[in-house]
Amino acid sequence: MNNSPYVIIGNGIAGITCARHIRKYNADAPILVISGESEHFFSRTALMYIYMGHMKYEHTKPYEDWFWEKNRIHLKRAWITDINLHQKTIHSSEGELIPFGTLIIATGSKPFTIGWPGEHLKGVQGLYSLQDLEQMEANTQGIQHAVIVGGGLIGIEMAEMLQSRHIDVTFLVREKNFWDNVLPEEEAKVINRHIKAHGVDLRLASELQEILSDEKGAVRAIRTAAGEEIPCQFVGLTIGVTPNIEFLKNQPTITTNKGVMVDQFFRTSVPDVYAIGDCAEFIEAPGSHRKNIEQVWYTGRMHGETLAYNLTHSDPMPYKPGIWFNSAKFFDLEYQTYGWVPNKIPAVLDTFYWENNEGTVAIRFTYDKTVGTIKGINTIGWRMRHAYFDRAIEEGWLFEKILSHLDRANFDAEFSKNYTPQVILAYNKAKNRSLSLPKKGLIRRLLTAFS
Amino acid sequence: MKTIQSLGIVLFCLALAFFSILPFIGSYTLRPELVEKNTKDIHQKQMLEILQPMYGELYSSNVAFIADFNKYFNNYNDALKASQSWDQVIWDNYALPLTKASSQSPVTENPWLYLGLTVFLAIVGALLYILPMYAGKLPGIKHDGIYFSSMKSKGLLGIITGSWLILFYIVLYWFPEYLTNLILMVDPLSMAISGNPASQWFLYGLIYTIAILVMGIRMFKKYKGNAYQRLRTGSVMFFQLAFAFMLPEILVLFNMPWHDFKNIWPLDYSFFYDYRLEGMTSSGALGMFMLIWGIILIIVAVPLLTYFYGKRWYCSWVCGCGGLAETLGDPYRQLSDKSLKAWSIERYLIHGVLVFAVVMTAVTLVNYFMEFELLGQATNQLHSIYGFAIGSAFAGVIGTGFYPLMGNRVWCRFGCPLAAYLGMVQRFKSRFRITTNGGQCISCGNCSTYCEMGIDVRWYAQRGQNIVRSSCVGCGVCASVCPRGVLKLENADEEGRLQDLPIIIGNKSITIKN
Repeated sequence: MNNSPYVIIGNGIAGITCARHIRKYNADAPILVISGESEHFFSRTALMYIYMGHMKYEHTKPYEDWFWEKNRIHLKRAWITDINLHQKTIHSSEGELIPFGTLIIATGSKPFTIGWPGEHLKGVQGLYSLQDLEQMEANTQGIQHAVIVGGGLIGIEMAEMLQSRHIDVTFLVREKNFWDNVLPEEEAKVINRHIKAHGVDLRLASELQEILSDEKGAVRAIRTAAGEEIPCQFVGLTIGVTPNIEFLKNQPTITTNKGVMVDQFFRTSVPDVYAIGDCAEFIEAPGSHRKNIEQVWYTGRMHGETLAYNLTHSDPMPYKPGIWFNSAKFFDLEYQTYGWVPNKIPAVLDTFYWENNEGTVAIRFTYDKTVGTIKGINTIGWRMRHAYFDRAIEEGWLFEKILSHLDRANFDAEFSKNYTPQVILAYNKAKNRSLSLPKKGLIRRLLTAFS
Repeated sequence: MKTIQSLGIVLFCLALAFFSILPFIGSYTLRPELVEKNTKDIHQKQMLEILQPMYGELYSSNVAFIADFNKYFNNYNDALKASQSWDQVIWDNYALPLTKASSQSPVTENPWLYLGLTVFLAIVGALLYILPMYAGKLPGIKHDGIYFSSMKSKGLLGIITGSWLILFYIVLYWFPEYLTNLILMVDPLSMAISGNPASQWFLYGLIYTIAILVMGIRMFKKYKGNAYQRLRTGSVMFFQLAFAFMLPEILVLFNMPWHDFKNIWPLDYSFFYDYRLEGMTSSGALGMFMLIWGIILIIVAVPLLTYFYGKRWYCSWVCGCGGLAETLGDPYRQLSDKSLKAWSIERYLIHGVLVFAVVMTAVTLVNYFMEFELLGQATNQLHSIYGFAIGSAFAGVIGTGFYPLMGNRVWCRFGCPLAAYLGMVQRFKSRFRITTNGGQCISCGNCSTYCEMGIDVRWYAQRGQNIVRSSCVGCGVCASVCPRGVLKLENADEEGRLQDLPIIIGNKSITIKN
């Protein structure tokens, strides 16, 4: 077994998962995790809750501080600025040289911008790291109005954060509907309405032209492509993230594109150097309908698990993610997706979509047009059982059968409203079918009246 | 809306101030006939003598009155104790009844007015604050700013609130004579319900019930659109009002022993004490029913219902302590300690209390059935130690007084012997678990933060492991606050409930055992 020191740059979910699993498989190998961002692993996804006062930073740490020493995972607080692949050392901003046997690059992302005029003004920022959050805290003290640019997950989180501090938000979304490069139109419209219901000034199909400065070099307004000037004291730039691999740019031997290029074993072009998580770019996408750069919490975790296995076993396994899944929360609406539900439904798929009268709960199935097997599902405001759909999609269960037994997949809390009968009725009507309704007990009817 | 809420806070604080000051107004004069009326026949002669110096004297405050009373009373007892004449020592507490009888405070003249200025004004103030809460807001989690709130994150307001509660409990349990005016104030209400004058326990029960009802309404507002939270809140409100407050008083009205039918030994630690057993066995068919019902609860209801539903059927749906924790205590649920260390302390403490309660009860019962030949009255000593340390100090002073400092379930988590018993059933033989949803956890920590029992829910969720913990009271808040739909409280087949080596789904490359 390889007991040369493992050095991991980045203590996010990918790097930390990798470190923990190397330790599971190998009790002795020295493991060093380096991060400039934070002393300990914390959950990046929870940054918004710190700003909103739901939690403190310490609550976002999934493991208590003694965990790392107990598992002999050494932690080092440093920013890595350079790397010597030949001598197998990495260099910290303080000038320290750190030798490695195996190097794992897990440096994550940074906010992406396209060079708008004024994007470096004070009060203009993205949101990815703990430092970004601290900056946002400072930038939003005592302000009245903020503009957010970019209709994705971080943008809507930022809107929610700002609203929680009673700061008015104008939300510029370039597309016709919120996140419609991922969500089909109907779902996107549910979210549009929900954003507006929260009092956000949602501007669809609007683009940022430039950010305007006051005399002190701070933002005072933005101008849209349509020429409208919107006064504001804060601008959130959230059009996406890009791999954070600045420190590798001078390394000709390590192949990079947007991210560090890796094969399906997370090997880079340099021996003993690997890349996982947001900063890795697959030479070949790891599956059909999957992207070459996977910037999701879950994939970061799976990259870490798989690489740790490969580094400690003689039979390396190619990265093979299973059925796609993801989730998000848009203000109060939870979203889950399993399988293949593209924003534009292609000809090979058929789809059935339902939403409740209030437009706050929605479900969409995609299924094979010819044989009727389930391909994917989107839900809004309705929790589904991951294990159920993982199996159903993998094994190609018939969509209609799933619909008839949807209660088995339901993961909503007890006594929650059961929408299955409505969905089945709507389906029967829309597709001229006659699936029978599930039986509903008296107690259930009485209890649901309570909600 | 904001103005109405601010007015509500002002009224509530005023009411609280009146409530805190009220005990200290009025004057006190003791007369021999009051002593005669309020002491037992066997003590009458001595008491009349002991308190002679006080007769006719006008005390301008309860503090001065009680100080003098204690002086004369303790002098008498101390002398007897010094000469080892234990059987002549007066153990009864006459401070409260005599202070109450001697009171000449305006409260006696006009109790309803003072009840209005304290308790009812507080209700009005609280409701003015609570009813407009979240008005116009969509259903969803309402935790914005909790960690910026002085009240909810151990700031100055939280510390002041905790200190007030601690003080109140100390006075209530050990110096109730100082609360005389408050007790006088609720006398007419007590007379109306049970036909008896109020004790400090009636006062306490009244405030306790009102706290659960008013803060229960707050829960309804907070959890708009969440049927589980609303149902269980409605349930604790009902059980507190009907079973813990009204029914026992009605029993008293019909000359039956005060009895809370939903209280279960060993939380109801005095259930097998001789005076309780005597009370039940001498109260006819209803008394026998109380006894048999109480035993059925212990040996049938707890295991059976906990098998089907987990301990939540009791702890967060029925129990009075749980009821207060889930309503009044809800704003403080995030303050519980989640560390592994706290968990290990918890296990020693709670099971220690259970052992204490069981041993004490066993000794008491054996002694009782041997007609006190085994230990004589020595079990009383044991009872008073338990009553003082566990029943009052732990459950009351720490249990509730520490809400704003250590979270709302300190007693339930570290001390309640019934919770320990329910927990053992829940851990080892139950269909209840919190299911985690495959690989959807993002380790954000909302679940752990808002777990009032200090369970590190995330530890399990992020490794895809069902949560099967003896302490879980099934409040369901972890599932409510989860932003990704990862947690679900379920009663299902025992198969697959415990997963020592869970597998997170989603990664087909390798099988990861977490």
